[in-house]
Amino acid sequence: MSRIACGAAWGGASLAAAVAPLLLPTWQTQLAFLWVMIVFALTWDVLGGQAGYNSFGNVVFFGVGMYACAVVQRDSGLGYFQGLFAGTACGAALAVVAAAILGAGLLGLRGHYFAIGTLGVGIAAGELAAGWDFIGAGGGMVPPPFPGGLGGRERFFCYLCLSIAALTVALLRWLYAGRFGLALNAIRDDEDKAEAMGLYTTRYKITAWCVAAFLLGLTGGVFGNLAGFIDPREVAFAGSTFGVWMVLMAILGGKGTLLGPIIGAVIFHVTKELFWTYLLGWQRVALGLLVVLIVVFFPTGILGWARARWPERFA
Amino acid sequence: MENLRLLLDEPLLSLQLLLDGVLIGFVFALPALGMALVWGVMGLINVVQGELVMLGGYVAFFLFRAGVHPLFGVPAAALCLFVLGWALYRAVVFRIVERDLFISILATFGLSILLQQLANLLFGANLRTVESGFGTLSLCGGAISVYTVKLISCALALATAGALMLFLKSSRRGQAIRASAQNARAARVIGVDIDRVYAWTFALNAAVCGAAGALVAMIWVVHPYLGLPYTIRSFMIVIAAGLGNMAGVLIAALGVGVAENFAGFVLGAEYQSAFVFALLVAFLVARSRWLARHRRYLA
Amino acid sequence: MGARQVAGALRVNAILEVRGVRKSFGGVAANRDIDLTIPRGGIYGLIGPNGSGKTTLFNSIVGHHPIDAGSIRFAGREISSLRVPQIARLGLLRTFQQTRTYVRMTCLQNLLISIPPAELGWKSWFRESPAADRLKAAEILDFVGLSPARDARAGELSFGQQKLLELAMALMSEPAMLLLDEPTAGVNPTLINELLERLRRINAERGITLFVIEHNMPVIMGLAEYIYCLAHGELLAQGRPEEIQTDPRVLDAYLGAR
Repeated sequence: MSRIACGAAWGGASLAAAVAPLLLPTWQTQLAFLWVMIVFALTWDVLGGQAGYNSFGNVVFFGVGMYACAVVQRDSGLGYFQGLFAGTACGAALAVVAAAILGAGLLGLRGHYFAIGTLGVGIAAGELAAGWDFIGAGGGMVPPPFPGGLGGRERFFCYLCLSIAALTVALLRWLYAGRFGLALNAIRDDEDKAEAMGLYTTRYKITAWCVAAFLLGLTGGVFGNLAGFIDPREVAFAGSTFGVWMVLMAILGGKGTLLGPIIGAVIFHVTKELFWTYLLGWQRVALGLLVVLIVVFFPTGILGWARARWPERFA
Repeated sequence: MENLRLLLDEPLLSLQLLLDGVLIGFVFALPALGMALVWGVMGLINVVQGELVMLGGYVAFFLFRAGVHPLFGVPAAALCLFVLGWALYRAVVFRIVERDLFISILATFGLSILLQQLANLLFGANLRTVESGFGTLSLCGGAISVYTVKLISCALALATAGALMLFLKSSRRGQAIRASAQNARAARVIGVDIDRVYAWTFALNAAVCGAAGALVAMIWVVHPYLGLPYTIRSFMIVIAAGLGNMAGVLIAALGVGVAENFAGFVLGAEYQSAFVFALLVAFLVARSRWLARHRRYLA
Repeated sequence: MGARQVAGALRVNAILEVRGVRKSFGGVAANRDIDLTIPRGGIYGLIGPNGSGKTTLFNSIVGHHPIDAGSIRFAGREISSLRVPQIARLGLLRTFQQTRTYVRMTCLQNLLISIPPAELGWKSWFRESPAADRLKAAEILDFVGLSPARDARAGELSFGQQKLLELAMALMSEPAMLLLDEPTAGVNPTLINELLERLRRINAERGITLFVIEHNMPVIMGLAEYIYCLAHGELLAQGRPEEIQTDPRVLDAYLGAR
């Protein structure tokens, strides 16, 4: 696609995203969730699609950010917006620390060991959180209420989530354009070769995970406030929902690209709402089935399929 | 940490935990053996392992509710899961066999979610158990007690493992499986039907997991979400032992059983799963550091 | 100059010195007491029948596995305890028997990521490759004859083209020494001469020392100035091509009892 067409498409999409909450006020919370989904998919893809390291535990950073923000809001004595700001910053920082520590241990391993190693991380975090009284144990935490009218709350969070999603897109786009993106791709294509060419692969992997953790930590803090309630297993470290969706969305849209996870997130969000409405009870079963179908029949995702079908358009 | 002090004060308590740990370790060994088999023969890391155990447990539970004696639940569960394993292979697994490891992990991950949620939907999230009615054995003048059911489970687990080993060593089918593990292409050339071999391997794995599940139902409880810890345990045990080292799998399984039992006592039962996962991470890290000194990678 | 003095001069100018290297795998000795010296700027060959331990030796040199005994010095520095990326950064690179490139990246990208990493500060990782790098990449692609394939994915190239790409990636990294593992294996006979010309040129023009494993006798005899021959994990013979070609032990090892 020509650069002008590309730029126009992004510009148009950004405009639509910015204006949507004003035009569709009843959908604002839905839109907020959509932006969160996009962040989920894009951050999974940094390590999963670009570097070839599937993580099943990214939800840990989301939860860490959520709890850290809530604790700051509870204990710092700051006003609502200052508390929220400080809290999300704190959450993001803590999430990065978690990624650095976990990564130092796990990212020295090859891809499939890393994948299995991250399988239980989210659940373990959930269990530990459910037993820690400082953060409310099993009862969870409740962030402070939003000061302001009902309509204002939805709009605020919608735009806040949109900002984070936009930040994610911009940050990743910048990262992938540089040598760092090339290094990640080299690790994905042939890690042994990359090492044989002098690249300290573990450093790049850890950095990539820290970037993902930063964005997820930010999102977690905001989401906790949006949801209004933080439960250790269902909201913060929700492995069987958010954790699975992260993987699914990126693969559905086409991993290893910037656009793929976004497309995957949009389609998934819509599909998920349909599942939840019409397949109530069976929605999680359907999701599991969807993962299998996509991985087996559609591993390159929608973008990969489009690329194969119309190679000239999607070089 | 009072539990830790208790441990240090009462050596017999440690012995009790050790014994219990060893007994349950034998039960852990079964799904680990199955995972090693599937990994070695098909090159597949099977994340559905735990769900197969879970389903085996439910088979035993429903048979028990229908009046069948728990001991018959074990072979029954093995048989049912054999059929399920065969069906899963024919439906899905055959498509992911000769593709890369990630596809196998992701696809079986999806399958595990599917089965887990299906079980949740159909059977409910309640904890179920099978009352075996076996009593307790007292040793050392009453200081150590062993649930007879654990002894019997241990024996049954050994029997199942033994049957699996015997089958692999002596039967034609078993030999075909072993040949394929070594060199699938060569096996094809001499006329082995690889597809059938894979189906048998996966089904056998499921059967072994089913048997383990029935034992789990007798000793503890069954619920839809018990699968993942078993998958993690099996994975840990297999890489501790090294692929192809069946005896090592048994020893590693005992080790895990003992470690978990002690941890469960000291940290509390609600952290049991967290401990398993933490153990896996710790183990992977330690192993890779050790290997790094010899400059080999976990491969 | 007497032989002693020649040997002394050789050692002073040596870029790679392997002394008493031993490596076993589970009881089987793949390399036993290997001693060799490679002077800066030379083209040296390593031959031997299958299973004689040539690739194992290469792997030992580049740090792929630790050696059981002995010493390996590169540019005067002991490297036997260093890891693969560290050794690569010192300027010692290798190509693989089964050509390895980054298959989903374009040829240009393959080269851009092969810039010697030691030169880059951490900040440069977050910037796009500068024009100078792109120019250098274009130059090297031209040198190996892959300019038309600049934006093609490495995985889509033919086998011979991938071999050239691997060579180009190595050149991009400006090594002091290059270990080539069977560079002409599987290459169309008509292209072999072109490949050899390029190898001679990179040695003459860029001063890159070459150490080449080869099975193709005419190729290695014509390319190398000195050849080491391994058999059964040990150094069997060494010398200039004319000497090796007529050495009865070498002929025996290749044609001998099997």
